[in-house]
This record gives sequence, C-alpha cells and structure tokens, in this order.
Amino acid sequence: MWSREQLAARAAKELQDGFYVNLGIGIPTLVANYIEHDQHIVLQSENGMLGMGPFPYAGEEDADLINAGKQTISTLPYSSFFSSADSFAMIRGGHIDLSILGAMEVAENGDLANWMVPGKMIKGMGGAMDLVAGVKRVVVVMEHVAKDGSAKFKPKCLLPLTGANVVDMLITDLAVFSRPDRNSKFELIELAPGVTVEEINAKTTAAFTLKAPMASI
Amino acid sequence: MIPSVAISNQRKVFPDATSALQGLLSDGITVMSGGFGLCGIPENLLLALRDSSVKNLTIISNNAGIDDVGLGMLLKTRQVKKMISSYVGENKEFERQYLAGELQIEFNPQGTLAERIRAGGAGIYGFYTRTGAGTSVAEGKESRIVNGQTYILEMGLTADVAIVKAWRGDTEGNLIYRKTARNFNPVMATAARVTVAEVEELVPAGSFDPDHIHTPGIYVQRLIQGTHYTKQIEQRTVRPRS
Repeated sequence: MWSREQLAARAAKELQDGFYVNLGIGIPTLVANYIEHDQHIVLQSENGMLGMGPFPYAGEEDADLINAGKQTISTLPYSSFFSSADSFAMIRGGHIDLSILGAMEVAENGDLANWMVPGKMIKGMGGAMDLVAGVKRVVVVMEHVAKDGSAKFKPKCLLPLTGANVVDMLITDLAVFSRPDRNSKFELIELAPGVTVEEINAKTTAAFTLKAPMASI
Repeated sequence: MIPSVAISNQRKVFPDATSALQGLLSDGITVMSGGFGLCGIPENLLLALRDSSVKNLTIISNNAGIDDVGLGMLLKTRQVKKMISSYVGENKEFERQYLAGELQIEFNPQGTLAERIRAGGAGIYGFYTRTGAGTSVAEGKESRIVNGQTYILEMGLTADVAIVKAWRGDTEGNLIYRKTARNFNPVMATAARVTVAEVEELVPAGSFDPDHIHTPGIYVQRLIQGTHYTKQIEQRTVRPRS
C-alpha cells in the first residue's frame, strides 16, 4: 500500500520533460515535490499563471500571487500571467499536456465524479469540468476504497459526473490502472507493495483487464 | 487635429467609489465583480455597493468572498438574490442562506463562466463547448455531436454594471493588472453596460507604454483611485529558509 507521499511520487512518473501540467488540490499538489531535476515541467494554475513556483519564503507572501487553491506561491524565471479567459482557452483548447486530480468515484468507462455529493452543500465545480474536458491526458489519484470500505472504482458512478469518459489513468493507494485510449478498457498495470490481485478484485467493482506479466514494485 | 495629452479625457475619473457608482444602481440589476477568491477584488467598490443598500442583485463572480470580506459583506446584508459562480466553498453565510432557500445559485464551470463573459463582451451570442457534456451542466442545453464529441451550447453573459480592480490605471481608463490579481477582471470589464474600475495607482494618460496596457480604456467608463486596501490572504503558505 502506498502512502499519500508515495502516491504523489508514483503520479509524478507520468510527467514527461517539456510537459505543461495542471495539478489539482490535495495529493495532486504534492506531485510537484517529485519532479525530476533534469525535467523541465511547467505548472499551470487555472487562475491565470504558467510557471508556478514553490511557496514563498516567510515575509515574501504576496496577496496578488496565489494558486487555484488560494495559497500564496512564488514566480519562476519563466513564469507568465494571463486572464481567466486565456487560462481556460489554453485548458479547453488542448494545450495542457496532463492534468492530475482527485476523485470521489471513477467508473470503468472513464467517467469521473469529484465535485458534489447530493444532500451535502454544493460548493461548485470550479475548473474541474473544464480541465477534464480539455486537457490531453487526465490522471486521477485517489484512495482505492471509501472510508466505509466500499469500492470507488465502479461499474458506473453514482455521484453526479464531472466528466463523461475522461479518465486515462487511475492511481490508487493500492494499484495503477491505465488505458491506451478512451475506447479501451482499463488494465491493471501495477500493484503497490504487499498488494495482491486478489485484494484488488475484492475491493474493486469496476471491470478491468489484467496485464500479464504484472509489474511488481 | 490630433488631441494632445493636455486635453485628454478626465471625465472618467471620479473622486471616490460612492460617486463612481452614482446613478448606476437600482434593485434587481446584474453586477459582475472581478477577482479570484479575495485576490484582485474591487474592495472599495464592493464597500460602496454594500453601503448603497441596493437589493435583489444578481452577482456574476467566480467566488462569493468569505464571511465579512468581499462579496461575503453583501450576502450578510441580504442584498444578493442570485449568484452565478463556479465555486463558493469558503463562505458559511452563503451556505446558510442557500440551504434556507434564500439565495439562488447558478454554478458554471470556471472556464465556461470566463468564456461566457468573454463572449458577452465580444458580441458572441453563444458557443459550443465540450466542458460539462454528459454532466448535470448539460441539462436543458442544446447539444451537437461533432466528430464523435458532444458539445453543449453556452450563452454569452452581460451585466448592467461591472466592478473591476486593477493595479494601475490612467485617466483614459487604460488598465494594468498585477500577477494573478488579473483573473476575471479584464473579461468582466468588456461585458457590462458600464464598467467601473478601481486602481491602486491612478496616473495621467501617457504614463504607460501602450504595449503594456492589458485593458484598453474603451472598456472602462468610470475610474477611481482606491484607498485602504487590505488585500487579505486566504491561505498563507510559506516554505522555510534552508
């Protein structure tokens, strides 16, 4: 089983040199800590910035410089700023290579639910629907099962969708599922240390195929 | 004759936020308000809007402020009838009024919201987007399938008044924003019948390199030099010096 940090490190392996990447809130934000030193990765923040830098040093916080999670951040030598309309034009227009985001549920057909739970206060979808509809490749990072132990990778999402058939890869604390294109089924390609295919079968209701031989970590 | 700087346009400059909103407000109007979270919000104009006691407002803004700050002030005074936003998670009073049925909300995906405003300002009646296809956002909307992809029709958005915040402005209404405080401000400036801008520094026309202007003055009808900016930070995150 992978910890949050290990999950972020595994997701970081999906980054490729030269990629423009948007990271969601939560575990996806941690992925930035695992970018390889020889890789040039440009992080996009959908409130209007490319080249998002790390948190500022204490005393250097700037109220005019925040990320999409409203956290203070810093610039890098290659940063640029732009309006929300320009930001989502680059997202919707397919100019961002990769989006890594969290989920409440993923369906076997690639449907994603991560923005509302009926009966609870609806906070809004923010930029999530735009990201999954426009970014070239969508990687979801989530815990394999819900707090009550029920499967989150399912035949069909029960929660309202963020996007239909938008997920390309699913990385959980137990395993990695991937598919080459959005007409294909998900394939189990990796297991976290100490996790067996039997455990995945027991904790997953979605249909998936098995890669043979299974990569062992 | 070529107009000189000496006779440049001073009509746009107002002494303060209250006078800049004079004659523009009435109950039930639609107001666009710039900013992302509390970053780049028109602090002075929001205060003046609250103090005007105008009611039943429809507010188009990405977020709803936090309790007691930004649009949160106008929620507290019950001046807002409806919000058109993408995310309102930081506001308890919002939640209370919404659950009590006192406040309407229309959620838009953030990029769809930005593009609807851009379209409204650019004279585009509507546009087809993949965003939200197959979700509840698509309900009741016309859709088209092109090359196997479903696109939904979203309409342009306009407002009676837009209130925006820039870093610097000149007496012609040309605006320059700073860092991520730009966000929704430039698009909103284009999409209202009257746009009122507040700036941290107001300078004479001719002070800016024309190549550096983000919002050309044609989009700004009224302008004030703001005062007493608090520029509150929602999530102060820092790293240690190693």
